[in-house]
Amino acid sequence: MAPWISLLPAQRHRFSAKESLATAVVWGVALGITAIFAALLGDVVWQGGRQVNWVFLTQAPQRAGLEGGIAPIVVSTGLVLMVCMGVSLPLGLGTAVFLSELSRQHPFWSRTIRLSLDILAGVPSVVFGLFGNAFFCKGLGLGFSILSGGLTLACMVLPILIRSIQVGLSGVPPEYRQASAALGLSRLGALGTLIVPAAMPGIVVGILLGIGRAIAETAALIFTSGYVDRMPASLLDSGRVLSIHIFDLAMNVPGGEAPAYATAFVLVALLVIINSLVSGWAKRFQQSKIQVL
Amino acid sequence: MTFPFPSVLQQPASTEHGTPPAVRVEQLSLRYGKKVAFAPVDAHFPGGQISALIGPSGCGKTSFLSCLNRLHELIPPARVSGQVYLNHCDIATLPLTPLRRQVGMLFQKPNPFPLSIYRNLAFPLKEHGIRDRTHINTIIETTLQEVGLWSEVKDRLKAPALSLSGGQQQRLCLARALALKPQVLLMDEPCSALDPLSSEIVEDLIVRLKGTYTVLIVTHNLGQASRIADQVAFFWVQHEVGQLIEFGSTQDIFSNPQNPLTLAYVRGRRG
Ligand SMILES: Nc1ncnc2c1ncn2[C@@H]1O[C@H](COP(=O)(O)OP(=O)(O)OP(=O)(O)O)[C@@H](O)[C@H]1O
Ligand SMILES: [Mg+2]
Repeated sequence: MAPWISLLPAQRHRFSAKESLATAVVWGVALGITAIFAALLGDVVWQGGRQVNWVFLTQAPQRAGLEGGIAPIVVSTGLVLMVCMGVSLPLGLGTAVFLSELSRQHPFWSRTIRLSLDILAGVPSVVFGLFGNAFFCKGLGLGFSILSGGLTLACMVLPILIRSIQVGLSGVPPEYRQASAALGLSRLGALGTLIVPAAMPGIVVGILLGIGRAIAETAALIFTSGYVDRMPASLLDSGRVLSIHIFDLAMNVPGGEAPAYATAFVLVALLVIINSLVSGWAKRFQQSKIQVL
Repeated sequence: MTFPFPSVLQQPASTEHGTPPAVRVEQLSLRYGKKVAFAPVDAHFPGGQISALIGPSGCGKTSFLSCLNRLHELIPPARVSGQVYLNHCDIATLPLTPLRRQVGMLFQKPNPFPLSIYRNLAFPLKEHGIRDRTHINTIIETTLQEVGLWSEVKDRLKAPALSLSGGQQQRLCLARALALKPQVLLMDEPCSALDPLSSEIVEDLIVRLKGTYTVLIVTHNLGQASRIADQVAFFWVQHEVGQLIEFGSTQDIFSNPQNPLTLAYVRGRRG
């Protein structure tokens, strides 16, 4: 019998002791995190979901939100998100494309951009709020408005957005670039037809992280889009978003805990809906462009 | 004073009677940063013939090919010195798009785009300004026929190219290159990722390209080199630098090599 065969059982034994420990740790961590997440979600669904009904979703808040609903707040949130993503997505895509495709030709600029993005990513949202207040509300004269809030959020989510899109772009197999270069194809043609669609999963992660951060933001919006809980008539109106409404109910309104939970439930539900819409749209976009099997 | 070829910039290397251009390199060498991939090479690859590049791994064959369509420009630290001529035209003076349209390339790993079979061929054509649908369809049909793929895929042109077998994918890539009507074809071990049967099919295709295209093919398969090539260039690594050791007719390289290294390599001995 070959000598290595006799070695196998002992080795397998040693491996299996370590391996089962590692397996236990991995499972433990995964289950623990899932449990925390489930407890949190369960709390919101249990305490909030019961109170959500048609009236709550379609009426304006009364008595500081203790009665009535949250319709204008949902609308304001949607508008702030739309402004935020509408501005940050094209900017982010452009910057990410610059960083991943042109950084070789412009090492100085790409290093500068990368550095400033890393710094921006670490800036607390209150600071964005103060900046947004000074620049968009006062400097550009937009006042406390949905537009100011959306633009401030756009600045805030840009770093995450750019990073994830860039990771997606650099994950595209280098063969696509090589093949298209060898065929003499223009960079732009290859980008639009191959690279960006192939990077779609990364782009989606960026969009979802961005939306997640934007929808949860409170501090930056207090200074920019304001508190007003009336239905906004235009983007230049002030509008209260869901997270601020939750904050206000929980901290400033006695007995506001119940509607705060209900609002939190709507916020989570909204996030889930937006996520599935974005993922579905992205999948369809990718499939219409490329066929990876 | 009159210029014999008024459209020199557009069609740099085409000659009046349509023979594909010869590829001539003068003191061509390439390094990646400090690492020299291959030392200066002088060689003349006649138009319309098949030249095989052989040699051990790391001797600079891929690097050499990449200088001929300036694909090395994708690799930032790569620096080339010396000249490459297509007939009399220095490729350094050409814009990239026409150069790469004229000098097609086939890679070791089949690399079709993640598009449909049809779009794999149509997309490059459109990018090169061919917009007429019927014209595109004609080109697609003829090139697919040229590579023997038409009967296999004509009923599923809309299927993903990645659903084809490896050999079919490689033939699709050849069709994609041929559709642009190149005059020179660079092939970097085009059969080495394929099973023997597909490899044979692709090899037969390459033989049929002789006369219409100037072919430079890298291969580790000495049998293949001796079967298909008119000339063979033998590269070897000396002092960690790739060198062109010997360049001659296939007959000479395999039966009567001048250099002992060549002799040892083609006889299959080491070192
Ligand atoms: N992008 C790169 N950066 C740095 N060095 C490189 C790069 N590509 C190749 N080299 C080096 O250049 C030398 C020649 O490489 P090349 O790929 O041209 O060899 P090859 O003859 O094609 O080998 P193989 O037969 O394995 O494909 C090798 O020593 C390799 O390590
Ligand atoms: Mg190689």
